[in-house]
Amino acid sequence: MTLQKHLIFTALGGIFLFAVTQQLEPFRNYQLATMAAYLCATAGLTILTGLNGQISLGHGALMAVGAYTMAFAQNGIGNLYLSLLLAMLATTAVGAIIGVAAARLRGPYLAGLTLAVALAIPAFTVTFDGLFNSEQGLPVSFTPPETLPIETWQALTAGGSALLVMFLLANVVSSRFGRAMRAVRDNEVAARLAGIHVARTQVLSFVISAAPAGLGGALLAFLAQNVSPGAFSLTLSLYLLLAIVIGGLGNLAGAVWGAFLLVALPDLTNSLTEGITASPELARKLDGNLALAIFGLTLIVVMLVAPGGLQSLVQRISHRIRKGRNHV
Amino acid sequence: MYRTFRRGMIIIAASALLAACSSGGGGQPAAPKGDSTGVTATEILVGTHQPLTGPAAAGYSEISPATKAYFDFVNAAGGINGRKITYKVMDDGYNPANTQTVVRQLVLQDKVFAILNGLGTPTHTNVLDFLKTNKVPDLFVASGSRSWDQPQKYPHTFAYNPDYTVEGKILANHIKENFAGKKVCYMGQDDDFGRDELAGLEKVLGASGIVERQKYVTSNPDVGPQIGALKTAACEVVVLATVPGFTALSIGTAARLAFKPQWVVSNVGSDYPTLAKQLGANKGLLEGMLAVSYLPSPIDMSDPWTAMFKKIHDQYNGKAPFNGNAIYGLSVGYLFVQALVAAGKDLTREGIIAAIEKGGFKGPGIAPLRYAKDDHSGYGGQRMTKISADVQSYFGKVFETDSEGGPVIEFTGERPAPPTSSIPS
Amino acid sequence: MDRFVFLTFDGLSNGAVYAAFALALVLIWRAARVVNFAQGAMAVAAAYAAYSVTQATGSYWIGFAAALGTGLMIGALVERAVMRFVGHANPLNEVIVALGLVLFIQAVLGMLYGNEFLPSHTPFSRNAIEVGGVPLLSRYDLFVFGAVAALVLLLALLFTKTSTGLRMRAAAFAPEVSRLLGVNVGGMLTLGWALASAVGALAAMLVIPTELGLNPHAMDLVFVTSFTAAVIGGLDSPPGAVTGGMAVGLILSYVSGYLGSSVTPIAVLALLLIVLLVRPGGLFSATVARQA
Repeated sequence: MTLQKHLIFTALGGIFLFAVTQQLEPFRNYQLATMAAYLCATAGLTILTGLNGQISLGHGALMAVGAYTMAFAQNGIGNLYLSLLLAMLATTAVGAIIGVAAARLRGPYLAGLTLAVALAIPAFTVTFDGLFNSEQGLPVSFTPPETLPIETWQALTAGGSALLVMFLLANVVSSRFGRAMRAVRDNEVAARLAGIHVARTQVLSFVISAAPAGLGGALLAFLAQNVSPGAFSLTLSLYLLLAIVIGGLGNLAGAVWGAFLLVALPDLTNSLTEGITASPELARKLDGNLALAIFGLTLIVVMLVAPGGLQSLVQRISHRIRKGRNHV
Repeated sequence: MYRTFRRGMIIIAASALLAACSSGGGGQPAAPKGDSTGVTATEILVGTHQPLTGPAAAGYSEISPATKAYFDFVNAAGGINGRKITYKVMDDGYNPANTQTVVRQLVLQDKVFAILNGLGTPTHTNVLDFLKTNKVPDLFVASGSRSWDQPQKYPHTFAYNPDYTVEGKILANHIKENFAGKKVCYMGQDDDFGRDELAGLEKVLGASGIVERQKYVTSNPDVGPQIGALKTAACEVVVLATVPGFTALSIGTAARLAFKPQWVVSNVGSDYPTLAKQLGANKGLLEGMLAVSYLPSPIDMSDPWTAMFKKIHDQYNGKAPFNGNAIYGLSVGYLFVQALVAAGKDLTREGIIAAIEKGGFKGPGIAPLRYAKDDHSGYGGQRMTKISADVQSYFGKVFETDSEGGPVIEFTGERPAPPTSSIPS
Repeated sequence: MDRFVFLTFDGLSNGAVYAAFALALVLIWRAARVVNFAQGAMAVAAAYAAYSVTQATGSYWIGFAAALGTGLMIGALVERAVMRFVGHANPLNEVIVALGLVLFIQAVLGMLYGNEFLPSHTPFSRNAIEVGGVPLLSRYDLFVFGAVAALVLLLALLFTKTSTGLRMRAAAFAPEVSRLLGVNVGGMLTLGWALASAVGALAAMLVIPTELGLNPHAMDLVFVTSFTAAVIGGLDSPPGAVTGGMAVGLILSYVSGYLGSSVTPIAVLALLLIVLLVRPGGLFSATVARQA
């Protein structure tokens, strides 16, 4: 039954997406598309960290794998959907390799290893500059359709992909495997007693979470019409993690909040700093940094005060409203 | 679980609606004769992307304030055809990924008339296609990559700097005439900047004329291995295609290794005050460094253009140092105003591109500006400079050449005196 | 041969810094069972304090002292105001809070000083002293060796010869018993954080002048490298951290010198992967499992 419900909501989401993209200005469509790309990655990371309890500081690097595959496929073959698929497959393979190593590590060790991955992937693009063209990166060519504004088309493609990812992941979460993942997170010994193969579950979780991250990276490359290592720095990996923590760990809706924050908060603080016309010097220093500071502080406060993130706040409020209504 | 999924959908919907609400009114009503986005009766909005922070900020972050200072000066005098120029500077940190975001913001959200002097080879290369799709004039790119001069492929893009191949040829010409028989080596940025410069060197010296080739990336400040390799190859003349921070780093690192070749540096990485500031107590290492330039020397007050710029600089950008970066920024501002004047009263995107393609701009530069219908390259020549006794000054002839196999020849064209109002008319 | 000698000394000099930074990580790990992912950012903050002080007074050495003092304070502050309140149920929590601190500290530094690279100069020349025509090492390298050696010696004395050191060790290994015996366990924890943070600040002061300049991200790669060094040595072992640091410094110097400096992050990843998978307890550790 859940499958049917997921299908219905995905279809509704698709119709809604189509309607909204027709109304939005190009720049807002571009932002919507960016949010959709981030959503793929945050949803994947939510599966890994929230449901399976494994930390990854390297999902930005996995996005880079998807993005570069996208560039190669797009410049070589040029079929957009095939390229997106190939990007996912390549990232899945890399995710499997990291996952095998990760399944043997816990807590800070896993964090440290994935951190090293995050720093190493940009180094690959520089070391093998003949292939990846170093920091300048590669163009991602495509032919936009004649009938649509390019940003509308991008928003539709990215939004559609994100919907598909959410649909598939929602089904994974409610499946038997989803329960196994949570069992491993909560108590490895108990999970083992219940007949769950812990290491296999962990590797699979990593794989399942890598694929959408790769798709997200490919979409980012598609939106920017190019790919360069600077887009996939350590900061991106940290951003993704903090997005899902602030959004609400272990909850796909939290991933949506997280992706929304990643796009909206820098934009909001930028408009805020633009308001400060007194000193362009100060405005320049605040620009970007203010968003980061707010992110960082929120992350700490959320962890200390409301480990459930934004989504738990929303749940609490809606719960209260519903309760109030019942009393009436 | 479907409940959380449904919530997810609601959030997507809500945020999309939010975006829709905040997006405001519709597009610009198109002017009858052409695209006048960013132009009103009283204002022209132009944008740029600059490395105000990050590894290339040393020196380059001083350019856009100088351009702005020139616009402030022009605005104070009433603007051009009654329109004041607003210059919106966005920081991209010399990171190509940031560039494409900030340029989209400038074009799609702020609706600028043109992108002016966007800085950097790796950064700007990645927005060429986007600017083309949106038909945005992409004027006077602050870099010497040959990519800017492709009128067929990118009809809206115009270069400013002499391209790096032209520069490489002029540097190599000097090396050939003055350092014959010495071991010449090269170290450059791992992108089109370095590659174009190396191509120029090889056109004059031959591929075998370069003994050792090394490259660096701006994200990695450890150039020890590269400099070590140059030393091992016993290089006597080293050509640097580097941004200022990495010129300083290379020369400083070489001193650490007790390696002191003749340095020959690309114009974009050679401003003496910038390098001296980076090297601090070690600035003595810069003595004897050779480079090229094509704009008025910031220390030569007998040059009427320098004197003119200095006056504007002191009034509108007084706190910043008056160095090569300031001259560069002011000169770009001057050229843009020249183009605005040439485009006339009914300013459109098509109009300004046609005006620039008509060419004929003369100004602060000592070499020719080449704009024409089939030529979007900028300055076409340079003159050697040398640092001696704490002073970087011009010497020798002004040379011009093309970016193909043509010879390096002397340029003898005249430079006009600056207009008395300091504003082109 | 020249080049090999130079790379060796360069590697040892970098390794000394990694050793110091790895020691700081080990100090906190032993005291609180936390890998302090914010240590790089905290150390950079101390280096910025030194920059301001040096600008104001014109003295490198007053700035140097200010860095150590600021390091102590930041460490104590982070422990008292933040880390103390993190739930220990899941080791993830501490990592995430530390990452929040990284973002916050780097952003605040960016707001105060800007994100640009500030030129940072050395108190001694970095130009190599030539011995028989072979450039060996610089006065600055000697200063780095001296500073790290003094640090190691002082820490060894503190933990083996003083009662405070003993109390710190006791509080870390048997907090309940220590508390019964009248040891101020909370205070010792704060002291441990402060000390580690000061050690990190020292490492930052030593390494930043050898980079492109002071910026909020100056210690990112140093952190990962030192983390690798600490894991190689075993997170529990101070001698392991020092040996690991020197070894990693040497290996990376050869990799960077012979293969190119862009290969180093890949080499760090490879090293970490090998050590974690082959000998998860670290070379100097008695523990077998890595399931912290």
